[in-house]
Amino acid sequence: MSLFQYRLSELHNMLHAGQASVSELTEESLSAITRLDDKVNAFLTLNEEGARADARTLDDKLASGASRGLLFGLPAGIKDNIVTKGLRTTCASRFLDNYQPIYDATVAAKLRQADAVTIGKLNMDEFAMGGSNENSAYGPVRNPWDLERVPGGSSGGSAAAVASGEVFFALGSDTGGSIRQPASYCGVVGLKPTYGLVSRYGLVAFASSLDQIGPLTRTVEDSAYVLQAIAGYDAQDSTSAKVDIPDYLSALTGDIKGLRIAVPKEYLGEGVDASVRETVLSALKVLEDLGAVWEEVSLPHTEYAVATYYLLASSEASSNLARFDGVRYGVRVDEGGGLLDLYLNSRSRGFGPEVKRRIMLGTYALSSGYYDAYYLKAQKVRTLIKQDFDEVFKKYDVVIGPTAPTTAFKLGSQTEDPLTMYLNDILTIPVNLAGIPAVSIPCGFAEGLPVGLQIIGKEFDESTVLRVAHAYEQHTDHHKQRPQL
Amino acid sequence: MSITVKDVQHVARLARLHLSPEEEATFTEQMNAILQYAEKLSGLNTEGVQPTTHVLHVSNVMREDVVKESLTLEEALLNASEEEDGQFKVPAVLE
Repeated sequence: MSLFQYRLSELHNMLHAGQASVSELTEESLSAITRLDDKVNAFLTLNEEGARADARTLDDKLASGASRGLLFGLPAGIKDNIVTKGLRTTCASRFLDNYQPIYDATVAAKLRQADAVTIGKLNMDEFAMGGSNENSAYGPVRNPWDLERVPGGSSGGSAAAVASGEVFFALGSDTGGSIRQPASYCGVVGLKPTYGLVSRYGLVAFASSLDQIGPLTRTVEDSAYVLQAIAGYDAQDSTSAKVDIPDYLSALTGDIKGLRIAVPKEYLGEGVDASVRETVLSALKVLEDLGAVWEEVSLPHTEYAVATYYLLASSEASSNLARFDGVRYGVRVDEGGGLLDLYLNSRSRGFGPEVKRRIMLGTYALSSGYYDAYYLKAQKVRTLIKQDFDEVFKKYDVVIGPTAPTTAFKLGSQTEDPLTMYLNDILTIPVNLAGIPAVSIPCGFAEGLPVGLQIIGKEFDESTVLRVAHAYEQHTDHHKQRPQL
Repeated sequence: MSITVKDVQHVARLARLHLSPEEEATFTEQMNAILQYAEKLSGLNTEGVQPTTHVLHVSNVMREDVVKESLTLEEALLNASEEEDGQFKVPAVLE
């Protein structure tokens, strides 16, 4: 029987009881990758030797009876925009094809401190820009439920690796839905924490005011486990929040009696597939049976979220990606001209089309004469979007809706039309703009493809978000379904 | 408001991107579509609304000005494709 059927806490106990070894878990993960990754393409770099060496060290530690970290012996994948010392980190960009980080991101260091095993680096949309994983310079990731469909993005490799049983958990990043949307498309649990809860130090910046790292896992309990290990203040990140970290596992009580749920009418309206709507309404019925009450509310500025997001995120990206100049790291195309030519040629050769498009859009929005009309205006609308949530959270504990308006679409079906692609993020983007936490959990299938339920909470109230998700999961078995590969 | 190929060329220069004529044409069309969509914001009254730069309740983060360990020269230059005398090498800046 596959070790992938167990929750992280069960594996923890099995390791303790000598029923499994870290090396066994590591080999199980590596052999799954050998068997499946030609089809799925979730991995960009494997840390085969490093993982085996770490596994042996951890097995020795187990034998010696030394104290063990929270994620002891668990093989994990890390999205390739999170730097890992000595382990190639590309952001799925040709620009960084040979980049060897000289330091660990705080989350990578925390996984190490928690005794996890890093199996390798996961495919994504280039610099996390995209919602289908088709913007990777190393080929798209394929959805384990249907290899002709996208896994979602930008953390598509993270979601697909967890869904197909290649790793026991993965880290992703979410700027406008990049953890939750692929989690939804691939039928796994994806959590975007509150902005500032998890350190961004060592996350290659896309849109600094929106980016947040979080776990992709098979169960809600696993998500709580990983969050526990990676959350917390970090002096290396000036936007890290100084808040007390609660015990997330103890929040998983299964009790949601009297919980007040808001369901925004904008999240079930036009543009949302009927099959997705039906699946989400059935999930609300389950929560109702567990003693929660739900009411329809309005988040009136939802329709402005996508425009706001693409102006703000692209503006921040155009500034953040200015560091890729061909001098200190990455591609350098020197054709004998001056310094300006070096910049122009290196960047033009190194970046893919979507990255160029967003740099262009952001540069335009920030340029003289357009700043007030686009960038400043979008910052003001961001305030209105946040106020929508503040208002609803005065009366309700969580906001619930679908994670994405549709299930996974066919590869190549939207690549010609960036705007249509951007609209897939309409239900996840408002959460990033407001900085609040949200999880996507499997809530059923439509025509054989997973549907995600999005549970959104108050800032720093991951405990309630996870409690609701866990209560739902305890009474359903969607999360136990596995793709046949 | 619609943008032209000339605008795209100007913005590309600001963004330090060299675009092919095909890219210029595609981006002109796509940026127009995206900006036209973004026009919907202009219909929204935001008078008196404060802009949100980020959502955190913190402002400046300061630390003591003390000497700490930093990268070694070797580490800092590890990913540079060209270096000389322990420095990053760039083409001539002045003619």
